[in-house]
Amino acid sequence: MIENLDLSLVNWSRAQFALTAIYHWLFVPLTLGLSYIIAIMETIYVKTGNEQWKRITRFWMTLFGINFAIGVATGIILEFEFGTNWSNYSWFVGDIFGAPLAVEGILAFFLESTFIAVMFFGWNKVSKKFHLVSSWLVATGASLSALWIIVANGWMQYPVGMVFDPETARNEMVSFREVLFNKIAIYDFLHTISSGFLLGSMFVLGISAWYLLHKREEFLAKRSILVAGIFGLLSSLLVAYTGDLSAKIVSKVQPVKFASMEALYDGQKNPGLVVFGILKESDKMIGEKKINDFVFKMEIPGLLSIMTGDGKDTFIPGINDLVKGNEPMGVLPVSEKMERGKTVRSLIADYKTAKLSNEVEKLQGIRRMFRDKTFIDNYFRYFGYASIDKPEDVIPNVKLTFYAFHIMVMFGFYFILLFILALYFLFRGTIIRKKWFLWIMLISILFPYVTGEIGWILTEMGRHPWIIQDLMPVSVGVSQIGTGSVITTFILFAVLFTVLLVAEISIMIRQIKLGPKH
Amino acid sequence: MTTIISHLFLQHYWWVIISLLAGLLIFLMFVQGGQSMIFSLARNNAEKTILVNTLGRKWEFTFTTLVTFGGAFFASFPLFYSASFGGAYWVWMAILFSFIIQAVAYEYRSKPANIYGQRTFDIFLFLNGSIGPYLIGVAVGTFFTGAQFSLNDLNQVRWATSWHGLEALLDGRNLALGLTVLFLARTNGLLYIINSIDNNELTGLSHRKLIMNSVTFLVFFLFFIVSLLLSSGFAYDRATGIVSMEKYKYLHNLIQMPLVLILLLAGAAGVIYGIAGALFRHSRKGIWFTGTGTVLTVIALFLTSGFNGTAFYPSTFDLNSSLTIENASSSQFTLKTMMYVSFIVPLVFGYIWYAWKSINNKRITEDEMKMEGHVY
Repeated sequence: MIENLDLSLVNWSRAQFALTAIYHWLFVPLTLGLSYIIAIMETIYVKTGNEQWKRITRFWMTLFGINFAIGVATGIILEFEFGTNWSNYSWFVGDIFGAPLAVEGILAFFLESTFIAVMFFGWNKVSKKFHLVSSWLVATGASLSALWIIVANGWMQYPVGMVFDPETARNEMVSFREVLFNKIAIYDFLHTISSGFLLGSMFVLGISAWYLLHKREEFLAKRSILVAGIFGLLSSLLVAYTGDLSAKIVSKVQPVKFASMEALYDGQKNPGLVVFGILKESDKMIGEKKINDFVFKMEIPGLLSIMTGDGKDTFIPGINDLVKGNEPMGVLPVSEKMERGKTVRSLIADYKTAKLSNEVEKLQGIRRMFRDKTFIDNYFRYFGYASIDKPEDVIPNVKLTFYAFHIMVMFGFYFILLFILALYFLFRGTIIRKKWFLWIMLISILFPYVTGEIGWILTEMGRHPWIIQDLMPVSVGVSQIGTGSVITTFILFAVLFTVLLVAEISIMIRQIKLGPKH
Repeated sequence: MTTIISHLFLQHYWWVIISLLAGLLIFLMFVQGGQSMIFSLARNNAEKTILVNTLGRKWEFTFTTLVTFGGAFFASFPLFYSASFGGAYWVWMAILFSFIIQAVAYEYRSKPANIYGQRTFDIFLFLNGSIGPYLIGVAVGTFFTGAQFSLNDLNQVRWATSWHGLEALLDGRNLALGLTVLFLARTNGLLYIINSIDNNELTGLSHRKLIMNSVTFLVFFLFFIVSLLLSSGFAYDRATGIVSMEKYKYLHNLIQMPLVLILLLAGAAGVIYGIAGALFRHSRKGIWFTGTGTVLTVIALFLTSGFNGTAFYPSTFDLNSSLTIENASSSQFTLKTMMYVSFIVPLVFGYIWYAWKSINNKRITEDEMKMEGHVY
């Protein structure tokens, strides 16, 4: 596998995937959120028969359409990139990972694309009720799309429900239920879609604020703030709650990521939760990697253990413990995991040799081992460590992970406060006069975008070097194509997406300035 | 259940599903076919608006079918996904690029402040309409002509040329299939326009263009079919898995699988009947015959490429790295689970049909373009 270790190829492939994912995520959350807001608005229209609500619905629908198209354009790339740029990964996990992608196509994408046509072109062609149902189905389809891809992603974070088959050299699914109801997948799904709802709400709030600032479309703006304010407040609470659940699971199944989120190097019982801090590289090292010290931090004593849900006497391992091991606390050193991973690798090699010499009993014996729970729990789960060079290579970028996590949480609270204030001023009837607050609402459109991207950076970079946690590092999963090819497609994607993004923003701004047509 | 539904049955079942999705995809590429004539068919802006909007209401079906085709292929035959996508990098990337620009072109072309102007987005539609079907045809051609790769012990792919897929463009049969798909898409595009637009200028010109496009399609199609039937194919031994060349393999497949032969003939007949009806009787229903015919023909070709002990993704570089539905498939458990999911497909077809009909119940007119709130 040494031939796989072309770092520039791995890094360019990572960069390309990151680029497409980041671009894709600029558009998806708005689709997720706005689709429900539109469906709610249309429901009010159908219930009340008030044509004004139809006008409001159709206005937001226009913006929805502009955003949707480019979301689709960036999405198709991601699906195929698993094959084009991560082909070894695709084979190693295709038996599990492919299924959710296929289900996504069959169950979610068709729902979305079929009824979106009715939503846009059916106003004068189908009954009011059928149209309303279509709008709800588009929203449902969008959320279902997110469900299946996050189930796939959740499996990469926490692989469950499979066994390894030495014959085919891949993981094979044994329980679809375990894959689907993987806790990481479920919490991340709820966290992700609610963050999309939040973003959609903030988008509606901000643009409504712009109208109020320009003394236009007061009715539309106020009604929109009402719907988006309530939907946004509920969503932001759900975001916080599911974020907490998600962190609890991460502490169990991705302890290195969890320790990096808190920049916790030395494990302890009852550690504090860092609310705010600034990190600086120190001269202390773990292997060849520098340790980050706090220049400054504010922490709430004892809260971290409570956050993990195990009570305050639980030992939370730090990065040092996780890399070097901590025997009294039962933490294995990475060097030991590397040994165990190599044991698994040599077993696979033995299997291949036994196959050539047709040693039936040996073959059966090895196959049995790979299905044995003790072997899986103590050896196979560390398979990926066989391809790790140095123990410290399992440490992600701590600074990035730490800041990403803390900025995300900070904004999380900011959003809750903002939605409460928006609703408060709206109900008091003073919102039009609060110019400063309208400006804040307008500017705040940007923040959920930043937070969402940061959230994904945390999720994905926080588990580096793993493409599949503990089973396969990125260096093994990558396709063997020329680095030059990947650099070329990276540049092409970057240019094309930017060109399209510029057009999208320009069109969007013009449509907002034009206002509703009807 | 495991004992009743064998792995081999599931592998065949999923190859049928893949073939069906491929058939639907090629049929739905009438959208691309229509796009490829955006500059030659519409003579003024009003006509272009009608044309683009007629096609534009269906583009997402094609797009979604492509995505689902990819997802289903990944799930059922992951080794193909990893070997072909990771190896024939440039062909797939070119196809993807052509679809990225399509997705936004419809929505943005007539919107104010779109920066690059309507013509740019129309060129995007033209490019997607021409390159997309052509390259997809070329890529499918390699199912019969082979690709240059090898697999190691861990089933990791190594591509044998630095062209990474572009070498497929050097094979005459791949080119013929590419052009077949392109001109079939154009033929279907014209028939769809004849079917759904209420504008005598556009439908009249479509009828006239139909002659050239359908004849070109038929010439390339016949060339491909004849050369396929005369060529050697990649056979594998079910017991040992060893791949070898067999003379007239694909001809043998059709003879040994009469049902597939019937599908192929019925499909071809449907396509020809649909075209003839439109040309000689000025029927508007041609698209339904050519559409059904397209689906059947593609299914038959896919079944010929993968059934009856044939390697569906052969390697000309290392014969025994060739992919078969048996060595490239997912596990029995995954295929079975996915089979249950596939039972929902009729329901999906049902609602697509219902929604499609409710939108297409009247032919599209110029007046509607002025009345409609959402116009591309």
